[in-house]
Amino acid sequence: MEQLGYLQQYVPVLVLMLVALGFGLGALLVGSLVRPKRPYAEKLMPYESGNPPVGEPRYRFSVKFYIIAMLFVIFDVEAVFLYPWAVTFDKLGLYAFVEMIIFIVILLVGYVYAWRKDAFTWD
Amino acid sequence: MPDIGAQLWLLGPEIVLAVFAFGVILLDLVIKEKSVLAYLSIAAALFIMFTMFGRQGTAFGGMFLADGYGLFFNFIFLTSLCLSILVSLKYLPVERINFGEYYGLMLFATIGMMVMASAGDLIMVYLGLELMSLSVYVLAGFMRQSTRSNEAALKYFMLGAFASAFLLLGISFTYGLTGTTQISGVAQYIKDNGLAGNPVLAFTTILYVAAFGFKIAAVPFHMWAPDVYEGAPTPVTAFMSVGPKAAGFAVIGRVLTVALGPVSSEWTGLLIVLSILSMAVGNILAISQTNIKRMLAYSSIAHAGYALLGVIAGGPEGLASMMNYLLIYTFMNIGAFTVVTLLRTEGVKGEDLSDYEGLSKNHPLLSALMLLFMFSLTGIPPTAGFMGKFYLFVAAINAGYLWLTVIAVIMSAISAYFYLRVVMYMYMKEPGTVIPVQRSTAGRVALMFTGIAVLLIGVQPTGFIQMARSALAGFGI
Amino acid sequence: MVSLQWYVWLSLTLFMVGVFGFLTRRNIIMMFLSIEIMLNAVNLSLVSFSHFLNDLRGNIIVFFVITVAAAEAAIGLAILIALFRNRASANVDELKEMKG
Repeated sequence: MEQLGYLQQYVPVLVLMLVALGFGLGALLVGSLVRPKRPYAEKLMPYESGNPPVGEPRYRFSVKFYIIAMLFVIFDVEAVFLYPWAVTFDKLGLYAFVEMIIFIVILLVGYVYAWRKDAFTWD
Repeated sequence: MPDIGAQLWLLGPEIVLAVFAFGVILLDLVIKEKSVLAYLSIAAALFIMFTMFGRQGTAFGGMFLADGYGLFFNFIFLTSLCLSILVSLKYLPVERINFGEYYGLMLFATIGMMVMASAGDLIMVYLGLELMSLSVYVLAGFMRQSTRSNEAALKYFMLGAFASAFLLLGISFTYGLTGTTQISGVAQYIKDNGLAGNPVLAFTTILYVAAFGFKIAAVPFHMWAPDVYEGAPTPVTAFMSVGPKAAGFAVIGRVLTVALGPVSSEWTGLLIVLSILSMAVGNILAISQTNIKRMLAYSSIAHAGYALLGVIAGGPEGLASMMNYLLIYTFMNIGAFTVVTLLRTEGVKGEDLSDYEGLSKNHPLLSALMLLFMFSLTGIPPTAGFMGKFYLFVAAINAGYLWLTVIAVIMSAISAYFYLRVVMYMYMKEPGTVIPVQRSTAGRVALMFTGIAVLLIGVQPTGFIQMARSALAGFGI
Repeated sequence: MVSLQWYVWLSLTLFMVGVFGFLTRRNIIMMFLSIEIMLNAVNLSLVSFSHFLNDLRGNIIVFFVITVAAAEAAIGLAILIALFRNRASANVDELKEMKG
């Protein structure tokens, strides 16, 4: 039953989720019951700030976004290693500190490379 | 931490190469003359080759094993690195891809292979394999303007990532089953708990065979090889037909024969199927090829089949013959690819079999060397290829696989058809247009070196096989 | 308490979803995503094994897998960009320049 006690801490969260769900659904339901319904053609059209839509909703966007995404992915995951190291820093001591310095220097080489190759400029 | 200095010393070759790789990447930003980077990389490889021997021990809690086995494979990787870089020197400007990153990526790929060969833990196998593969994916697509090269890189990448996910699933289940990922620990656990016939273990075995089969391009996991070999820059093809393949075999030796050694009967059958299929499909499909890079791709599939004989035979003799064969294969295959590369000049692709028509009239020495490499790939004495196959077949027969050896010999006979066809084109056909040859001193050095090695091992074969046998001392089989 | 086999079955199911996606999708980005699903399925099994074995090794492997997956995604994107620049398509069926 110890497991149950552990789970009991989360009962308020569950209640909150149920209340949020109920409120959202309830508001939609009440709205649809009490509001007047007088549809006509223009009203049913999909709109962009009141204007009739122009062009296709799907279009290709610049390949440069992919490069930004690529750089983000690379420099983002270093946190996976930095975070556990930072949390237990005082227990790990000098050895881990030096290791992390080496790790960051390696990342820095990558950063300098990307920088000098103009990967960070948009044009 | 027990004596960090001693542990770092065991990792010395990898660390030095990594430092040089980063140096090359940074120097590339300031240096205009890219061949400096090539010579720097070769210097690093040679330095390591001459200083790495004599390391023995385990480092970082069994993660890394420095032993003769790993060092022997390091020798293969560094040799193929040096030769491929020599071949690249004049080729890159012709293809207009003379960028310094090329050499950096080559070095990183080699570090990955070295980590694979010396891995003491499955996670090291995975990390080394990924470092190698990711670098080689980029190298395969290095001709950015060529759609063929893009296509090669993408195919290699997609299938490679797919295969490595299977490897990872295998590692995960091994961990779940045995509670460890250490290679010796897994073997110990299987032995102690009598896991032979365990369905989960059989499942992981299949996953490993599939993932490593992909890296060594064994049928039925070979689909990528012909397209990737054809599309990639030729020196890269030379490099990846040797390095990643040898690294794959190194890992097969560590994971299958050591970690899964106690249940060897479960994977031997799978490898026999892989070996027969590779020899058959590789040799038969090579016959119909007209592009020499594609033909050599199918031939490399077939050679993976031959080398698997050594793993199947098992024991020190089998493994030593496999290692010896991979070393010989390095020399003869890179040699053949060097000839192919030298025929690539401004405006002339030189990849078609018809380009070899009457080559001996204009370039007698080049043709003679190509003849030597083709003889060696077929396995005709007195070349190294014959001795390599001889040791493999003897090991297989001694292990009781006479019928398998008979199949291998028949397949070698079939392979003579398409290897000797190249020779026939060179010597018995009239030249059409004169095919020019690159004026590359570095390429010639590589050619001479591989040619001499193929001949020398052919007449004096005992040196390397002895080296391979003594490298296996203390390997744990 | 949820037992280990549920986690393993979930992980295997996810892995098969990834395999199925990889084999049936023709868009390269979708194939990338399928591979990511496979890797994360393995991560799930590693973490659950680690929990039930009371051993940290599995968790550590997951860190490395996450990093490698990121590097893989970056390189996949880079190769895709190079391909896009030469031909504007992300469909694998159009990659058939080499045959034989």
